[in-house]
Amino acid sequence: MNFEYLLNNYEEAAAMILFGIGFSNLLLQKNLIKKIIGLNIMDTATYLFLALKGYIDGRKAPVVVDGIQSVEAYVNPIPSGLVLTGIVVSVSVTALMLSLTIRLYRRYHTLDLDEISTLLKKEGK
Amino acid sequence: MALVQNFPFMSIILSLFSGPLCSVLDGKKARRVNLAVISAVGVMSAAVLFYVIGTGEPFIYLMGHFPAPWGNEIRVGILEAFMALFFCAIMLLCMAGGAREREEQIEESKQNLYYVMSNLLLCSLLALVYTNDLFTAYVFVEINTISACGLIMIRQNGRTIEAAIRYMISSLLGSGLLLLGICYLYAITGHLLMSNIREQVQILAAADRHHIALMVALGLMSVGLAIKSALYPFHAWLPDAYGYSTLSSSAILSSLVSKGYIFLLIKIFYRVVGFGVVTESKVVHVLFVFGIIGMIMGSVNAIRVDDIKRMIAYSSVAQIGYIYMGLGLATEAGTVASIYHVLSHAATKSLLFVAAAGLTDVSQNNTRFKDITGAGYRNKTAGVAFTVGSLSMVGMPVFSGFISKLFFAQAAVGHAHKMLPTFIALAISTVLNALYFMKTVIRIYTPVPRSQGKYISAGEQPVKTAVLICFILLNLVLGLNSDPVIRLIQGGLGMFE
Repeated sequence: MNFEYLLNNYEEAAAMILFGIGFSNLLLQKNLIKKIIGLNIMDTATYLFLALKGYIDGRKAPVVVDGIQSVEAYVNPIPSGLVLTGIVVSVSVTALMLSLTIRLYRRYHTLDLDEISTLLKKEGK
Repeated sequence: MALVQNFPFMSIILSLFSGPLCSVLDGKKARRVNLAVISAVGVMSAAVLFYVIGTGEPFIYLMGHFPAPWGNEIRVGILEAFMALFFCAIMLLCMAGGAREREEQIEESKQNLYYVMSNLLLCSLLALVYTNDLFTAYVFVEINTISACGLIMIRQNGRTIEAAIRYMISSLLGSGLLLLGICYLYAITGHLLMSNIREQVQILAAADRHHIALMVALGLMSVGLAIKSALYPFHAWLPDAYGYSTLSSSAILSSLVSKGYIFLLIKIFYRVVGFGVVTESKVVHVLFVFGIIGMIMGSVNAIRVDDIKRMIAYSSVAQIGYIYMGLGLATEAGTVASIYHVLSHAATKSLLFVAAAGLTDVSQNNTRFKDITGAGYRNKTAGVAFTVGSLSMVGMPVFSGFISKLFFAQAAVGHAHKMLPTFIALAISTVLNALYFMKTVIRIYTPVPRSQGKYISAGEQPVKTAVLICFILLNLVLGLNSDPVIRLIQGGLGMFE
């Protein structure tokens, strides 16, 4: 195993570790709010990865300010566009998850998904 | 450019804009708009299908008139148009079949919201089927998830909200993996259009460069979509979501939503990565193994539950297992069998859900087995329809389920390592299917004293009867007339190249 690659690409490695943290939080946490935080960490890690892939060292944001410059002057704008789209998506799913959480909390006065399941079984419907 | 070539885009945009339109209408008008939109999209898809069969080659529709590799594209072949038409037909039948349940179970003020969700769902399914752009596919996967979640939770009680949140959690895990896979692929190839990605992947594969990264991307996308379509170990959300939501939601979720993801996965295999690269990867083995486990465990779980709707839901887990087993065979024949099973399962499972609702109607709305005893006599059409669906699921000749099992077996013949496991799993799964479906059929035809429950004759609910008859006919057409369908699928897969 060659760790040099990891050290050279430490940003990507950080993004993947963050993705792992977010993913396992969304999967394993019982508390709904913590799950949602996990979801956000996971999504943000993907955006970090995308943004890194679009960045080229020493170049500027692709906005033409003073006259037309050559393509060489700018970073790749597509990943930024994808990140923006992704953020819109993750904002909407987060909002949906939060609203569902509020509804469950009003009904069962707990945020623990397992506890809610046992309460539902007790209701016996 | 022929007028017909605009139809795929028009059908997507029509269903997209009719969603918000429904939110300002009242329930009845929204329902009419919804039915009209689904029918219109169905007619347009049929026109596109005939056009593509006529010309014999796929066409590309530029979105915004930027050519590849910059612009976004829609690409339509036989299979895409056929899937769109089939999805519309099933959706129309499901919406019509579940109309009365919706009126009873959904609050008056929220009726129109149901149609908002259903129109958006149709839009996202169409976009998943037609798009040629991987990131567009991701965005519409999320729209699909959100609208499916809306369909589950529209019937407001604790159960459905819990089911919706569990569904969202699984789906978001899946779409997180899918998005990461897409980003990986973009990082390696530098493209987002499916055709361009495949060109680059072929070059990379030929030069044996970035092999691990390519496999990671393929694995992430496959696992992500497998989670979203409830392949066996990821099925925990499914029984609650299908079991407690209103009738048309369960039918649409089981027969359309999960199938949209599977179709996207097939598209990724053929159009993005290239089937040659997929067959050489180990990802297909993983899908195969989980598919086989799912086929058996889904049925085992279905035997154990004491609730007809949950039983049908668990049977879906087993059927999804069949589809992934076919994909896991990694042959052309296996994929054809899987796509045929997508059609067969969509037609049969929605039939079973509508029929089961008819049976529980005459049993004081109880779904437990002891309450539906003798329900086949009290509601004759539903009884017959349920029997037909069960026989198809078990794999009786004449019905569509038999043909798909036959094709799975044929596809496995001659496969070095996977032939024996496939045969054994098919045999065990058929026995288990027979066990729980026949048990239910015998139960609904066990005579009980006439005093219990109310009786419904075929004429009392004309719409539901018509829907059930349509479903039975669809099943028979798929079962008795499978050759043209198979040729269509093969032609469509040929156009994927």
